[in-house]
Amino acid sequence: MLDLNAVSSGYGETQVLHGLSLRAEQGRVLAILGRNGAGKSTTLKTIMGLLPTRDGAIRFDGRAMPTRPFDVVKSGIAYVPETRDIFPSLTVRENLEIAAARFGSKGADWTLDRVVDLFPRLGERMKNGGAELSGGEQQMLAIARGLLMNPRLLILDEPTEGLAPIIVKLIHDKLMDLKRAGLSMVLVEQNFGFATSLADDVVVVSKGQVVWTGSPAAIRADEDVQHRWLGV
Amino acid sequence: MTHDLSFWTLQTLNALQLSMLLFLLSIGLTVIFGLMHFVNLAHGALYALGAYIAASVAATAGFWVAIVVAPIGVALVGVVLYGGLIQRMRKSGPMAQVLVTFGLIFALLDLTRIFWGDLALAMATPPALSGQVDLLGVSYPAYRLFIIALGAAILAALALALSRTQVGAMIRAGVDNDAMAACLGINVERLFFVVFCVGCALAGLAGAVAAPLLSVTPGMGLQILIPTLIVIVIGGLGSLKGAIAGSLIYGFVQTFGAVLAPQLASVLIYALLAAVLVIKPVGLFPAKG
Repeated sequence: MLDLNAVSSGYGETQVLHGLSLRAEQGRVLAILGRNGAGKSTTLKTIMGLLPTRDGAIRFDGRAMPTRPFDVVKSGIAYVPETRDIFPSLTVRENLEIAAARFGSKGADWTLDRVVDLFPRLGERMKNGGAELSGGEQQMLAIARGLLMNPRLLILDEPTEGLAPIIVKLIHDKLMDLKRAGLSMVLVEQNFGFATSLADDVVVVSKGQVVWTGSPAAIRADEDVQHRWLGV
Repeated sequence: MTHDLSFWTLQTLNALQLSMLLFLLSIGLTVIFGLMHFVNLAHGALYALGAYIAASVAATAGFWVAIVVAPIGVALVGVVLYGGLIQRMRKSGPMAQVLVTFGLIFALLDLTRIFWGDLALAMATPPALSGQVDLLGVSYPAYRLFIIALGAAILAALALALSRTQVGAMIRAGVDNDAMAACLGINVERLFFVVFCVGCALAGLAGAVAAPLLSVTPGMGLQILIPTLIVIVIGGLGSLKGAIAGSLIYGFVQTFGAVLAPQLASVLIYALLAAVLVIKPVGLFPAKG
């Protein structure tokens, strides 16, 4: 579904990805693991067109990925960034509505009502400003906003970062529901247990390259890999 | 004179009239900056252009046609500037943008000189608004009241559009975080273009309604630029609230300063600007908290 072939990318003078290749399959969850600074978030930003691809190629459904974020999302990808990026000047409802505006046609899978069913907490906060939400609520809103774009692929950057264990469990259960419903996902995560319980496939990234590929069971069993590349 | 209530009424109206004029100019500039971090110093020159177009059109077709044509004309100039220059300058950083739009001031200035000459043009107030109105015990020029009313109406319309419509929400989202807005499928580039054109039209409108109050000269754009920039810096970049607050503060400080402390008047607003920059460098109501 999503193919990265020898992709190089970075910020300004600093190159972060050095010929990174990976593949995310339709209907599966791919977890990208690695230490801080390994290039996980950079990989996602490059996929989204937030950073330019300097070398190599990204393909989505066999077609070359557009270069501008605006076009990337039109091709069916939704992005939940590490910083959540809830718009503080917008209410919760407005945050949801502008995501639904372009992708929430009639008969679409995800509607405002359905995301509120998924995260009832958001229903209670509809009129609140985006700046008034707790970290957990922001994360729910960021995921709900992504779903309202009715994506074929959902990209999540560290959805559990900084959240209380009870919220992490809630996010885990909801993402599991989405996975069972057949939504393809790419997940960057520091929480090893969270990631390996959700994922179907795992890649480990170090210094801007994929250094290990396998199943969640295989990496859970392989303490050497965990120690060498993740510092677990 | 300061014990006389009519003095305060009169000066308040004067201050409001100046504030509304500055609001029309600053709102476009501040939202353009907030949305795209683009500094358009030529905004004042567009105001001058609006005044020239209005004065020319009014001479043949009358005032009311003039204040409709001038904003449209300036918006069209904005379209040309956007396509020819600004779109290409989007990624070139603030220094290059400041230099190019600064140069644009002089290019537009000389263009108005070539078209309209160096002499000041005059524009008559329309007959319907040329009298005085008795208001709260003072006799006040109807035309100045018209400017206050027009500014207030546009302020209300913009406030509603920004807070209640989907496009308004998209603009606020774009000002908050343009990269994330693009990641939600919002065409931020197109949004910027629309905001830029509306900003140009409002600058043109400000020039058109100001023309009967002043003599229309090539330098009027430069004269208004500094007050407009002060309004934006005091108010805080990118927000409607900031433009409103900044305009009112400038209008009142300038107007009352000139009559209550004439020897300090020219310094007062700069002292206030300095104070805001020291106490709250981002301005009073910045779009980004």
